[in-house]
Amino acid sequence: MSTQIGNLDQDKLLQIYYQMNLIREFEMEIEKQFMRGKLYGTMHLCIGQEGTAVGAIAALEPEDKITSTHRGHGLSIAKETDINLMMAELYGKATGISKGKGGSMHLADLDVGNLGANGILGAGQAHAVGAALTSKMRDLGYVVITFFGDGASNEGAVHESMNLAAVWELPVIFFCENNQYGMSGSVKDMTKIENIADRAVAYGMPGHIVNGSDVLEVMKVTQQAVERARKGEGPTLIEAKTYRWKGHSKSDPKKYRTSDEEKEWIDERDPIVLFRNKLIEDGVLNEEQEKKILQKVKKAIEGAVEFAEDSPEPSIESLEEDVYA
Amino acid sequence: MREITFQQAIRESMSQEMRENELVYLMGEDIGVYGGAFGVTNGMIGEFGKERIRDTPISEIGFTGAAVGSAITGMRPIVEIQFSDFLLVTIDQLVNQAAKMRYMFGGKGKVPMVLRTPNGSGLGFAAQHSQSLEAWLAHIPGLKVVQPSTPYDAKGLLKAAMDEDNTVVFFEHKMLYGMKGEVPEEAYSIPLGKADVKREGQDVTIIATSIMVQRSLEAAVQLESEGISCEVIDPRTLLPLDEETIIESVKKTGRAVVVHEAVKRGGFGGEIASVIQESEAFDYLDAPIQRLGGRFIPIPYNPELEKNSVPQVADIIEGVKATIYRS
Ligand SMILES: Cc1ncc(C[n+]2csc(CCOP(=O)(O)OP(=O)(O)O)c2C)c(N)n1
Ligand SMILES: [Mg+2]
Repeated sequence: MSTQIGNLDQDKLLQIYYQMNLIREFEMEIEKQFMRGKLYGTMHLCIGQEGTAVGAIAALEPEDKITSTHRGHGLSIAKETDINLMMAELYGKATGISKGKGGSMHLADLDVGNLGANGILGAGQAHAVGAALTSKMRDLGYVVITFFGDGASNEGAVHESMNLAAVWELPVIFFCENNQYGMSGSVKDMTKIENIADRAVAYGMPGHIVNGSDVLEVMKVTQQAVERARKGEGPTLIEAKTYRWKGHSKSDPKKYRTSDEEKEWIDERDPIVLFRNKLIEDGVLNEEQEKKILQKVKKAIEGAVEFAEDSPEPSIESLEEDVYA
Repeated sequence: MREITFQQAIRESMSQEMRENELVYLMGEDIGVYGGAFGVTNGMIGEFGKERIRDTPISEIGFTGAAVGSAITGMRPIVEIQFSDFLLVTIDQLVNQAAKMRYMFGGKGKVPMVLRTPNGSGLGFAAQHSQSLEAWLAHIPGLKVVQPSTPYDAKGLLKAAMDEDNTVVFFEHKMLYGMKGEVPEEAYSIPLGKADVKREGQDVTIIATSIMVQRSLEAAVQLESEGISCEVIDPRTLLPLDEETIIESVKKTGRAVVVHEAVKRGGFGGEIASVIQESEAFDYLDAPIQRLGGRFIPIPYNPELEKNSVPQVADIIEGVKATIYRS
């Protein structure tokens, strides 16, 4: 029985499988809590996109950095932010990763190298360029992946950032999670080209298209880009084809797409199911191990909810703290 | 009279205008089948089609600039910016371009566009989706700035904005969208630069904008029961500002409280207070002018913190009392 796929050992493979499941369960749990009125504001679920978040970040070392997106819960989990602190943040609690002040759309964790989700599309790509510039100027060796959507790819700031990264040969990877829609805008209506990765040519960097439902392919292609960046050869644009299963945000009747299309992605291109099948086929995972992993996921989520619910609300006195350093 | 919501009043105003004037069209993100982030354009694509209800890519500086170019060549675009916080992505086109073209070109050309955008806190959208930035724009010569507080005003002011030959920034408070009120079915116009006395009173003038008009009216009812009579004035447009109505009221009451949701420091309330004290109303003042506004912080996510970051009814009552019991 082989316990390896390519150069990945069993531990790493099962860790990837655990993370993908943790993300899915986290999202399902918060959707439920939101419906029950326990959570406030808005949230953007990444169910269906677990392969891109986990695959890309699995190619990084702990000291590498990312910039995240409004649909960033999966990215935070993959970068290993403590999910208790994430959950508490969504509950708006004082123990939250941002003390209850940021909420879902601004999840950040500088300690693990997550420079933040962003409420402003296109802003994070410029931050990534700057973070990569720091790495280069101070010879720190880390690389940065900046995540953005197909919709955000049409922001001027994204284009300016790619050009900057290219001319300065910075260690940054522009990772486009093309989930086919920017809110209601189909990528087919909002860009005139077939692949967003084709734009790489215009900036003088390599562009790759990957199947976002294949977590190992995502990881492999990202690894190549990371290697290139670490060697000082500059940025890469990666476009992963993926799908968001849920509406854009908390409530959305999804009038802009068909249920046939949804069904195809959900039934045939579920990144978790595909990876599971591969692991079983290749003898890396058996039923008993799977049960243990799913149990661990369940416990982690239950623990996070309990932690969040038991945590105190922030005090009114904290309102004016942290405006300035 | 029939009652409709603030949101419906805005949609009706645009639809009526679009039926009359083929030069008017709408541009913005998700305004087509999605109906806009807050449902304001719901169903309009069915009546007017994709050409005139134009879904844009997520490219705010690009399509706002396109609206400027289209307006100066004869069209009358309405741009919807999904959240007013994203105005900051469009700001060069608004401030350096739309506002200044006619002046720079020696009085030639005009930029008749309306930029509609939801602002304000109260829904848990946190720091980058909850701001009130009207004072930034009211600082810019060449722009006009509108902030309706009722469905009736929204419909009439939007009509005037669409008839304007200048660029108008039209702020729609998110928490007002669901508010119902009496609105005539036919189109009508409320001139920009004309304040409205929302409630008459004797003891103190409250000058409030947007959602703070509603909170001030609530405060006024409670204060009435304690024997304090409040006059509530809604300027409705910050630029142009109806100074006369404000000054006349303060001359009558001798006291003024200015209330807005935007951060107090550097907010438009400072301008209103200065207008009062530079006028003949100064001689009638029995107490210093009181300003109420948002705390000097970004809007936080937690609902209790969020509520505590901008004036609520109780704060307005307290502010009025501080003014009344002084002297
Ligand atoms: C500058 C800016 N414009 C618009 C928005 C509103 N908005 C938030 S997410 C979104 C869609 C983004 O689409 P995409 O980049 O494809 O990411 P996805 O939501 O599909 O993950 C829009 C229009 C925003 N947050 N910032
Ligand atoms: Mg998308």
